[in-house]
Amino acid sequence: MTEPILEVRGLRTAFSSHDGPVPVLDGVDFQVADGEILGLVGESGSGKTITALSVLQLLPAAAQVTGGEILFRGENLLELDRKQMNRVRGADISMIFQNPRGSLNPLYRVEKTLEQVLWTHRRLRGGAARTVAIELLADVGLPDPRSVLRRYPHELSGGMCQRVMIAYALASNPRLLIADEPTTALDVTVQLQIIELLGRLRREHGLTLVLITHNLSVVAELCDRVGVMYLGRIVEQGPVLDIFDAPRHPYTVGLLGSRPTVHVEGDELRAIPGQVPDLRNRPSGCVFHPRCPLVRPVCSERAPARETVAEGHDVECHFWRKVAGLVETGRVA
Amino acid sequence: MSAAVLVSQRADAWRVLRTVGRWVRRNPITAAGFAIILALIFIALLAPLVAPYGADELDPSNVLAAPSSSHLFGTGNFGEDIFSRVLYGARYDLLIGFGAVAIGLVIGCAIGAFAGFVGGAVDEIWMRIMDMLSAFPGFILAMGIAGALGPSLRNLIVAISLVNVPIYARLMRGSFLVVKRSQYATAAVGVGAPPLRILRWHLLPNTWTPIFVQATLQFGYAILDAAGLSFIGLGVRLPTPEWGVMVSLGIERIVSGEWWVSFFPGLAIAVAVMGFNLVGDGLRDLIDPRRR
Repeated sequence: MTEPILEVRGLRTAFSSHDGPVPVLDGVDFQVADGEILGLVGESGSGKTITALSVLQLLPAAAQVTGGEILFRGENLLELDRKQMNRVRGADISMIFQNPRGSLNPLYRVEKTLEQVLWTHRRLRGGAARTVAIELLADVGLPDPRSVLRRYPHELSGGMCQRVMIAYALASNPRLLIADEPTTALDVTVQLQIIELLGRLRREHGLTLVLITHNLSVVAELCDRVGVMYLGRIVEQGPVLDIFDAPRHPYTVGLLGSRPTVHVEGDELRAIPGQVPDLRNRPSGCVFHPRCPLVRPVCSERAPARETVAEGHDVECHFWRKVAGLVETGRVA
Repeated sequence: MSAAVLVSQRADAWRVLRTVGRWVRRNPITAAGFAIILALIFIALLAPLVAPYGADELDPSNVLAAPSSSHLFGTGNFGEDIFSRVLYGARYDLLIGFGAVAIGLVIGCAIGAFAGFVGGAVDEIWMRIMDMLSAFPGFILAMGIAGALGPSLRNLIVAISLVNVPIYARLMRGSFLVVKRSQYATAAVGVGAPPLRILRWHLLPNTWTPIFVQATLQFGYAILDAAGLSFIGLGVRLPTPEWGVMVSLGIERIVSGEWWVSFFPGLAIAVAVMGFNLVGDGLRDLIDPRRR
């Protein structure tokens, strides 16, 4: 693996509340190598979006990073002041959001929106900005970019908005793009097109991407490596094939098993029992133990250490060997 | 210019007229308000041309004459022509309304925007000051300020505008807090737009609509306040042809039967306030689809 472009170590983020701080991220560790696509998956409330917002320091006022390091090319972003951080945003790291239409200011034509980024980061305006904007829109696969430039966000479809948003995020030539559920708000067919677009941008421009999603098919299609998040921790991470073929954490097994598939025999739909616990009452020991089918007394007493099960494949579970045995014999997933 | 261009221009003009016509048919009340405001503005601008007499022109031989063809609204205590003075009065009352709204809006929006943008302790301190100001009934506070500053046109405008400051400050701050957390503002921060650009491009343009509606409504109330303050002697003074002063001049004449001295200036106040309120309400409905 090449030198990581982004390395997050022990990241902790908490929301302040009436009863003191509520931790949302409880020691998140991951790395993204240059040119790689890392998927972050997990249920709603597992802290995927907060992780992304923490990296760019776009957290809502009530949330705060309380510990850890965010190293971008060796530089800790948490030590930068506001001004320096603002230079990192866009120039080094950009982000796109779940709701593409909401991400574009309804008052401006696409041209104005793109012109703003091009001026901030490349000092382009007028005709030069226009030329680059047309290239960008063509690059994200919008037909007839000239006419798109003249439109307002409400005149574009959701998929078109997301393409414009991708162009907006890439206009500053960032090294890393964080995409927070970029396809969730879109039609299934459009989802596929956006996924193909991200894949093509990676191939053509060497884009490094952190893709946040709860859609496992998207992960399988696009990602090189996957981090599985549960309750503010990455409980398992590794190469995409390892995660899909040889999961070692009961939660990952559950997530894979929750995909609605056509069953040949029987037609039950397996889901992970229970719900994501209230963040104010974090379970003791292993955070997954209240929902885990393999739970043993030790699980509620001691948090499992991170163990390496294969090259680049880590898991946090006391009984990953047992999971391995069950997976190999085809008893689960 | 070729004939074809002329024809197409005429067609464009027709299309615009038709659109306006349709809008008027659909919003007759708002259109009436607009008509009143436009008429008032024209009267104010053209008063010297339209008025049959000067504002200060007295005719001691013709005191307290009833409305007639030579004095449409009759004459007052000193033989002044009420009709001419009502026309001239539009200048003063519109000026006061505009001045008070403009000053109150600029100061109030600046405070609200600052408080909303910076947040934290700054926000808290400024908004508590605004709460203190708005704890007083508006007219009483304006009376206090006008009384302390002394009666004059300028002080009248200052007093009314200060009373309006908290209204704009609150409205602006509220809109700012909403837009600040909007996804497009976050997205713009996410691609590295500097804070002032966020303010200029994303926050300000998306917050001015409610302010605009409020300003229109407030315009009517400012005129009402100005007339009220002048009526009780805390605003402009004689012989300025301001409507409130004119009403107070004729007030003791009502019992003796010369009703026209107070009635016509009072009618002017009512019509002006109504005009602005109709437009303000209409704009609110037009802009805010939830109220349709």
